[in-house]
Amino acid sequence: MCWIPGYGGERYAPTRGKRDVTDTARRIPQDGTKSAAPLLRIRDLAVQFETRQGLARVLEGVNLDICRGEIAGLVGETGCGKSVLARSILRIIPQPPGRISQGRILLDGRDLLQLSAAQLRRVRGREISMIFQEPMTSLNPVFTVGNQMQEIVRLHQCMDRKEARAVCLDMLAQVNLPDAREILRKYPHELSGGMRQRVMIAMELSCHPRLLIADEPTTALDVTVQGQVLTILKTLAGRHQVSILLITHDMGVVAQLCDRVAVMYAGQIVEQAGVEHLFAHPAHPYTRGLIGAIPSLEGESALLQTIEGSVPPPTQVPPGCRFHPRCPHRFSPCSREVPPLEAIDSAHAVACHLFASRQGAQHGPAD
Amino acid sequence: MGILFYIVKRLLALVPVIIGVTLLVFIISHAIPGDPARMMAGQKASAQAVEHIRRSLGLDRPLPVQYVSYLGDLLRGHLGFSIRNQRPVIADLRDFFPATLELTLASMLLCVSVGLVLGIVSAIRRNRLSDHIIRIFSVVGVSTPVFWLGLMLLVLFYRNLGWLPGSGRIDISLSPPAHVTGLYVIDALLEGSWDKLRDVLAHLILPAFCLSSVYLAVITRIVRSSMIEVLGQDYVTTARANGLSEMRVVMKHAFKNSLIPTVTITGLSIGELLGGAVLTETIFAWPGMGKYVVDSIDFLDFPAIMGFTLLIALVYMLINLCVDVVYAFLNPQIRY
Amino acid sequence: MPAAAVEPSRRFREIRLTTGILARNPSALAGAVIIGAMLLTALLAGVLAPFDPIHISLADRLQPPSAAHLFGTDEMGRDILSRIMYGARISLRIGLLVVAVAGGLGTVIGAVSGYLGRWADGVIMRIMDVILSFPSLVLAMALAAALGPSLTNAIMAVAFVMIPKFARLVRGEALAVREKQFVAAARISGEGSLSIIRRHIIPNCLNSVIVLATLAMGETILIAASLSFIGLGAQPPSPEWGAMVSVGRKFIMDQWWYATFPGLFILITVIGFNILGDALRDVLDPRIRR
Repeated sequence: MCWIPGYGGERYAPTRGKRDVTDTARRIPQDGTKSAAPLLRIRDLAVQFETRQGLARVLEGVNLDICRGEIAGLVGETGCGKSVLARSILRIIPQPPGRISQGRILLDGRDLLQLSAAQLRRVRGREISMIFQEPMTSLNPVFTVGNQMQEIVRLHQCMDRKEARAVCLDMLAQVNLPDAREILRKYPHELSGGMRQRVMIAMELSCHPRLLIADEPTTALDVTVQGQVLTILKTLAGRHQVSILLITHDMGVVAQLCDRVAVMYAGQIVEQAGVEHLFAHPAHPYTRGLIGAIPSLEGESALLQTIEGSVPPPTQVPPGCRFHPRCPHRFSPCSREVPPLEAIDSAHAVACHLFASRQGAQHGPAD
Repeated sequence: MGILFYIVKRLLALVPVIIGVTLLVFIISHAIPGDPARMMAGQKASAQAVEHIRRSLGLDRPLPVQYVSYLGDLLRGHLGFSIRNQRPVIADLRDFFPATLELTLASMLLCVSVGLVLGIVSAIRRNRLSDHIIRIFSVVGVSTPVFWLGLMLLVLFYRNLGWLPGSGRIDISLSPPAHVTGLYVIDALLEGSWDKLRDVLAHLILPAFCLSSVYLAVITRIVRSSMIEVLGQDYVTTARANGLSEMRVVMKHAFKNSLIPTVTITGLSIGELLGGAVLTETIFAWPGMGKYVVDSIDFLDFPAIMGFTLLIALVYMLINLCVDVVYAFLNPQIRY
Repeated sequence: MPAAAVEPSRRFREIRLTTGILARNPSALAGAVIIGAMLLTALLAGVLAPFDPIHISLADRLQPPSAAHLFGTDEMGRDILSRIMYGARISLRIGLLVVAVAGGLGTVIGAVSGYLGRWADGVIMRIMDVILSFPSLVLAMALAAALGPSLTNAIMAVAFVMIPKFARLVRGEALAVREKQFVAAARISGEGSLSIIRRHIIPNCLNSVIVLATLAMGETILIAASLSFIGLGAQPPSPEWGAMVSVGRKFIMDQWWYATFPGLFILITVIGFNILGDALRDVLDPRIRR
């Protein structure tokens, strides 16, 4: 998103001590001057899956930037390709049937898609790490927590057993797990879902990655635990100066945690903006639908909007704008041309013909 | 303490099954049409002689009474007398047991080692040429009649190529190694006699390979399918996403998990191995319990057949108990 | 699984769908072709066989394979190929009989056990456990020996050891089906247990039973042939494949063809059932089917 002219994602480095966990006052730059190059740039990414029903174009023409130190949200309905995007960054989509057919994923200018297997392994877990949705299944059931954590620490940081153990204990303390020694000895099934997800966070941050991809990290958790885990994630992101790509279908989580948001629909990014800006001025009809679908506490707009229809299967994406069959504002070019993602504002880009420069603003949706 | 408690619990759970097993063997040998006394006496014996045998064996008593005394005999380790040679069946089986043990152990070793490798290779090279070849081999393996495979091996390696001996455990010109364990390979090692060891191993190769064919295919298939399943699990993705090498992902994270279903099904299909031993020993004149029982069939030596059947069932149950313990050991989610 | 008992039209559509998928699966096709060829051979043995399978011609005894006798002749001068063709009848009949009896009984036992649950389930399954505590071949051997060596007795023995395999499978499925809403609905509307088992439980287990039945055909043929080989099944003049190998064994050092060809046909037939069964499982098993 930094590539949108005039938008920068600079973050203020935390000045607090390492042990402090009250770093809740992360400052979110609403606007600003252009900063250094983004940490991660995804350009024109396309991912396809071979299926029985034919070729599924799961991602197409995806552009996304993640700046240093920011929490970027990626939202969209189930099945829109969020997880595939996340997994493509680390190249852990199953191949075959999947295939990254096009594009570049640049980490500090280095194209991850060009790396050899050995080079890629030095990126995974060390520079970019990932947390998955299901804390129940993302830890190996037959090894202790300590075994799994220390394995990764030792792999990336050339430590002996004792040093690695100290790192693990420290990380477990940082995710507010009491009695870390005991936890290292436990098997995953002996921990609750929330504890497991905190173990995952500790494990994935233990090698000081620059980017943490969190794929629906709280979806599988109890509501009460969700908040705790999100707070921990936010606090630690600040402390360790790690950027986060947070994938979720929950606009509430986005509002609580993210600096900026990209909205995905059927394998394409349809809108991106600073989080407050997006909530205040959603542009794309799909985003407007998504935000309309959040129950509001204020009460007066008790009528919940929903989006008609459902996401098309990736084997049968409609031509033109992929959202047009469900769009209440569709007009002639929508079914023919793919709308490009264009800046409509200094920190706001949208892929919709309603906002396309040559169309003028007269087609803007009425409120 | 936990594991011991678990073993005791499993043993107790086995008690009703063991009683059922003895009951079934008893029914087969006593209550099925056909007259054991007549069998013992022979077809030409007089009715009086048959009656005499019947009474002396207690076969004229009601069946439940007979069953109780049968159980009593079993508890004292008595399986009746062989019709063929009048020796206690248990003594015969004891003599033939080591040969069978050696053969089954050797082929189990072969099965597990080769089966694990083939299964893993097949899983990680899924749908490539090596996978297809391994799968074809395993389908052929489970479909092969063991007795026929043995004959084919004999024709090829013994008759045509002359590479390997075709029968027995040791060449008749050599004396068996001094009896310590009854397993010739180990006994020959203990004796330090290389000639004997070489000869004993040469005798073991064909039967062990023949017997392992079916079971090897079973293990390969199970390892492959459980490995494929495990490789699709989230924690494998986690391991990969953390930069572990594919070798480490497979050999550490996937391997131990895939062993869990493998061990279970392996235990259940050891029955194939024990059944196959009967046929293999017959083909290769391997002087074990299997050959003994097939010889007994020719003589309609029922006490021998039933003693063997009961013993094999008990061994089979014991093996599965061990498998359960290994399973509990591998899988931390089992609570004892 | 559907939320109601399987209706005939649905079942028919499902069969068509299944055969459609199978026809595109090369190994399923190969299995079906093998089994089809064996069935044809068995049915048309009288027409296809070049010689009379029991005609003794001592002048032609133990001839190696030649143009006249493709697979050679046996110790009575009988044509081995012709005997194998007639033997197909025996092996397939054994397989079908055993699977029909064991599959039928096993399915009913399993369905009753799974549906009734409680003590009935406990007792029935313990009995099945007892049978499963023996290696199949060993128990079949003991039974066949006790009953006396004959083909009929061997069939009964093999059927007996196969029953628990079906019973255990169906019981597992029945436990799951029992919890479905349509079963509850049937129970509330006053349908009796027997009727529910017959109309709801068993039809919903059929897919798995079909898979197991196919695989069990292969296993049955193997066990039955093994019994014949050790002298407990079909008795020698009969052209049963296992029995032929058994006699051929005596001539294995000099007349290799005698034991080789009948055994090869056992192998091929069993492969046919196994690969078809595996393919069926991939298609029919709800746990794998997407």
